[in-house]
Amino acid sequence: MTTAGAVEERTRPEADSPRTTSAPSSVRRLLPGSHDAATWAGHVERYGPLPWLTGRAEALRAEVADSGLSGRGGAGFPTAVKLESVAARGNAVVVANGTEGEPASAKDKILMRRNPHLVLDGVLVAMAAVGAREAVVAVARKDASSRARLEAILRERRAQTGAIRLAEVPDRFVAGEESALVHWLNGGPAKPTFTPPRPFERGFGGRPTLVQNVETLANLGLVARYGAGRFRAVGTEDEPGSVLVTVVGAVRRPGVVEVALGTPLRSVLERCGGVPEPQRALLVGGYFGTWIPPTLDVPLSRAGLRQAGAALGARTIAVLPQRVCPLAETARIVRYLAAESAGQCGPCVFGLPAVADSMAALARGGAQAAALRRISALTPQVLGRGACAHPDGAVRLVASALTVFADEVDHHLAGSCTASADAPLLPIAHETESWR
Amino acid sequence: MNALVTSKAIWYVMRGSGVVSLLLLTGVVALGIATSVRWRPRELPGFVTAGLHRSVALLSVVFVVLHVASAVLDPYAVVGVAAVFVPLLAGKSAVWVGVGALSVDLVAALIVSSLLRPYLGRRLWSGVHWLAYAAWPLALAHGLGMGSDARTLWLRLLAASCVAGVLALLAWRVHGRTEGTKRLERRPRPRRLAEESGA
Amino acid sequence: MSTNEHLRVDPIQCDAYGHCAEFLPELIELDEWGYPIVDDRPVPPELVRDARRAVNACPRLALVLERRTL
Repeated sequence: MTTAGAVEERTRPEADSPRTTSAPSSVRRLLPGSHDAATWAGHVERYGPLPWLTGRAEALRAEVADSGLSGRGGAGFPTAVKLESVAARGNAVVVANGTEGEPASAKDKILMRRNPHLVLDGVLVAMAAVGAREAVVAVARKDASSRARLEAILRERRAQTGAIRLAEVPDRFVAGEESALVHWLNGGPAKPTFTPPRPFERGFGGRPTLVQNVETLANLGLVARYGAGRFRAVGTEDEPGSVLVTVVGAVRRPGVVEVALGTPLRSVLERCGGVPEPQRALLVGGYFGTWIPPTLDVPLSRAGLRQAGAALGARTIAVLPQRVCPLAETARIVRYLAAESAGQCGPCVFGLPAVADSMAALARGGAQAAALRRISALTPQVLGRGACAHPDGAVRLVASALTVFADEVDHHLAGSCTASADAPLLPIAHETESWR
Repeated sequence: MNALVTSKAIWYVMRGSGVVSLLLLTGVVALGIATSVRWRPRELPGFVTAGLHRSVALLSVVFVVLHVASAVLDPYAVVGVAAVFVPLLAGKSAVWVGVGALSVDLVAALIVSSLLRPYLGRRLWSGVHWLAYAAWPLALAHGLGMGSDARTLWLRLLAASCVAGVLALLAWRVHGRTEGTKRLERRPRPRRLAEESGA
Repeated sequence: MSTNEHLRVDPIQCDAYGHCAEFLPELIELDEWGYPIVDDRPVPPELVRDARRAVNACPRLALVLERRTL
């Protein structure tokens, strides 16, 4: 372990928000403010050297278990459990998932560009923890910046990282899904496969595969250096650590921020310059997440969001101002999600466009209540009937919109709309055709 | 004299069972295509069509076996058992017997792989099943090339109608998969959504 | 008495032939696009034979009958 001289976090209490909880809202572990991230020397000066990893698989896994680290990629699965199930099977391989197919999310890209060394540290720790002699870092094809940074540091640290290679993945929404990613790496299209077997049983090259988000891996790099105790110094008892969150929409400074788990949404938005106009709602968790009313005391954590009817998901918060029509935005997103279906499962291929059509009719105004009934009839036919959770996400987004914006739905059915903006707000990627 | 009568009887059985085999195999191909295009005349359940496909296939095996056995037993046909399965081992008319032998091999592979389908897995079974499209024309070529009846009008008409039927069915197969198929890749592309500036 | 056999459909292989629902309407019904909605509770003992027939009938081998130890 490192000496106490290495500073692992600098916290800056917010001067202008007296309501901050005891966990500091400004945390700088993964996205340090100023350090020379470009070179290995600068990285070591900031974080300290990476501890000896060889032959310490069990000890590393125990430390991760004590730390309470859970996945930062969406599902939020306890990392230690994943490590155990892969390690137990032998002949493992590690896949770092930096594909970030969610259009509203940029946290993984920012992390890979600004702190690639810590991500790489995490890959090495994961390899040691599961006994893998090989690893792949997966990056989206269009994310040339991240790829360039990672290539550079892989070269710089050639001695340590000879068995790690980079892979480019097609720019599709579901390409980052665990089984889709493995399918791609195995030479197929970047489309989900029927599970079981899940990647941890049989994945890349038929071997037990540990698929982890790059942010999770970066946290592993911290746990290995500083231990579980210091890792837990930030965050909540049940959900320790910090998270990267992408904030988009009607905030003054949209972008990626790092906050402690449990930080109230209000503080997160204030880190982004606050919201200069009346808010209508927040879309939490990405485009497969859910809408919630703008109750800003909700803590940013799995438990806190669940109470509010949402989940961390893709770790994005989109702030929707009053002037933008929530039904129009939802309709746009669902249309995008329908186009991003892998096209493998009937209920998704046929159900999502049908839901998108009904949502579009509601958004346009003048639609009949039949559109609502259509959505109710479609929902049980779509939910849980695909090979992956893509259709579920779309359907849940719509369900949350119809609940949270019930008043707006009534307005639209009567032919009016309370919004004034003409232009859409939330980012949607260009549609690309390639699955290969 | 008895030997001659027996030999003639065998010869008639060989020709007759050959023609019936060809008709049944044409039926198998037709029913296979009908199953895959989901032909549902008057709400007839799909499993009926699929079931008929299997039953007719098994029936055609009976007649193919009869045809092959009588060819082997026929003293004038000079077809050894080995030549039934291995092309080019027979004496006179070797080429056409060989073509028939190839067809028999493929039919045998189809039958065996289908009986063992749950154990073979989808991809292996599917790969072998595509060979069906080779087994049928080989059987037809064998029938036309073998000589004895091939020059008669009735056989030519029969062969022609089988060919016409199968070609029509193939066109249907290529064109007409209407319900229940996942057509996402063939849908018109949704209009491009403008890229917004993200974080 | 109940079995611990469960039906499950692979939605990627499934191509909406619908033969399974014809064999086993008690446990499988078709959605509006012809894809099977499979009851995933344990198969009652008197229907196990029909369930096996349904599995064999699927042209895509998309339906499976599996034993679940839970």
